Amino acid sequence: MTMTEKVLARHAGRTSVVPGDHIWVDVDILMTHDVCGPGTIGIFRKQFGPTAKVWDREKVVIIPDHYIFTNDQHAHRNIDVLRAFVKEQDLPYYYDVGTDKYKGVCHIALPEEGHTRPGEVLFGTDSHTCTAGAFGEFATGIGNTDAALIMGIGKLWVKVPETMRFEFEGPLPPYLMAKDLILHIIGDIGVDGATYRAMEFAGDGVMSLSIEERMTLCNMVIEAGGKNGMIPVDAVTEKFVKSKTSKPYQPVADDPDARFHSVRRYKTADIQPTVAKPHSPDNRSTARECTGITLDRAYIGSCTGGKLNDFVAAAKILRGHQVKADTYIVPATTEVAKGLATTKLDGQTLAEIFEKAGAKISQGASCAACLGGPSDTFGRLNKSEVCISTTNRNFPGRMGSKTAQVYLASPYTVAASAITGTITDPREFL
Amino acid sequence: MQDSIRGKAYVIGDNIDTDQIIPAKHLVYSLSDPEERKLYGKYAFSGIPDAAAGLPQGNVKFVPDGDYRSFYQIVIGGKNFGCGSSREHAAEALQIAGITTVVAESYARIFYRNVVDGGFCIPFESTQRLITEIKTGDDLEINVPAGTLKNLTSGKTYSLRPLGDLLDIIKAGGVFAYARQTGMLKS
Repeated sequence: MTMTEKVLARHAGRTSVVPGDHIWVDVDILMTHDVCGPGTIGIFRKQFGPTAKVWDREKVVIIPDHYIFTNDQHAHRNIDVLRAFVKEQDLPYYYDVGTDKYKGVCHIALPEEGHTRPGEVLFGTDSHTCTAGAFGEFATGIGNTDAALIMGIGKLWVKVPETMRFEFEGPLPPYLMAKDLILHIIGDIGVDGATYRAMEFAGDGVMSLSIEERMTLCNMVIEAGGKNGMIPVDAVTEKFVKSKTSKPYQPVADDPDARFHSVRRYKTADIQPTVAKPHSPDNRSTARECTGITLDRAYIGSCTGGKLNDFVAAAKILRGHQVKADTYIVPATTEVAKGLATTKLDGQTLAEIFEKAGAKISQGASCAACLGGPSDTFGRLNKSEVCISTTNRNFPGRMGSKTAQVYLASPYTVAASAITGTITDPREFL
Repeated sequence: MQDSIRGKAYVIGDNIDTDQIIPAKHLVYSLSDPEERKLYGKYAFSGIPDAAAGLPQGNVKFVPDGDYRSFYQIVIGGKNFGCGSSREHAAEALQIAGITTVVAESYARIFYRNVVDGGFCIPFESTQRLITEIKTGDDLEINVPAGTLKNLTSGKTYSLRPLGDLLDIIKAGGVFAYARQTGMLKS
């Protein structure tokens, strides 16, 4: 069996499964947030009754992150719904807005708070829940109805997916990031190239990546239609997980005779700094091929490109330069925001480097303009702007106006492009 | 599930993601308040660029101004319908607008699950590309047992794929009803 098959088999109480099997699995963690939590809670109450309790209060994690720093009253009401539910259910893992516990983007907050562990099953009411495959667990996005069912019984049916394997040979050259690798793959297989399938990433190129970069790889499997991402567990994984949680876990590994839907092999040295042009993540080009395209805005943030390593990468390029395009910096979590203030390059903090370059830094950690959000959202594209972004999607209207154009790229490429005001290969600055 | 489904077609292209089905700024309305939830119908498909809204001519409003119910009941879509965000609001918005059935070449997985498990509408897969065959406003009739879609406007008939693995959940009307029928949930 593959890693994905093994995790699912174990959670279904079976010795083996094969792709296509419909099984009910036991859930280790259910995560929801402010956009889908209220709907989930509504269905939970309707189906299980007004006095029903969640199946296991230790396993429900609620992380408000989408519409936080806005004056939209409906959005505030959603937070109130979460707060009341957490109180009623006495849930220990709630990261409330306006408190010291507030975290920000759920997919980054989950590992920071020790909720992602090898060999487990994680469901979340957000498509980028697949990010946690970086920890060698089965993690995928679901809707409110499925989440409400899990809340009540701790189980969900799944169809066991086939696994597509992607191997990268050789460590990344200094101008590449995991974002380039995943955009390259999506360009190869298309936005529905992995529909209903697991995407497993392996090879020494992948295993040489930091945990944050592995998260970027798995984060965007949904942009190829993938059900879940998966990366083998090694010392890097174990060190990170053990630093965040003392809960026991059981890693899995591919069997030597595991069967894959397909295996694709890449040499990392052959990959170029990659860009997805409007309006689809599979509309692949390279930064060099896009040279000269004029930009109004550069955006660095989100679960895909708003982690500390993403800002370190951007700062390496931005230090000592001024941006020509309006540049927005949005740390994914409060922990990342602290890192901007404490991590130094050549004696300057990342925040100082960004401020000196003329970038605007968000005062709050959240999803912000990655998905547009309410009209007063920081960095939202409200007109026909052209933007280069470290985020994950560029379908029409994703970051706000449906007349805006979004180019997706790595933090290196976005930072280099911010300086020149046109799409620029980061090798110009490295 | 009824044997025959009739309605007018609203035709859209490939890779219509859930942001285009219901833009993110609208995800703040209550789904349980009977009046407020109508807003999801009002803004359904409002994220599709005007030129791609209602093919082949485009610039066709899905829901008339000031209303929350569409003039159309059957969506004809291309490949990878419902890709992107997991927001169940997308499937529910279509139902609130009065959509009973979607016929697409293929679906993104989470949207497909949401439509089926929430019992919002019936997701058929076509065996050929219908977005160049059917025009927005055409009158359609789906014969469920026969697995066919007849375009009453043009007189042409097309075959649909069997509903397959999830037929039991679709017939039950959603995952909660299915879980009760199969004993996963006490009724």
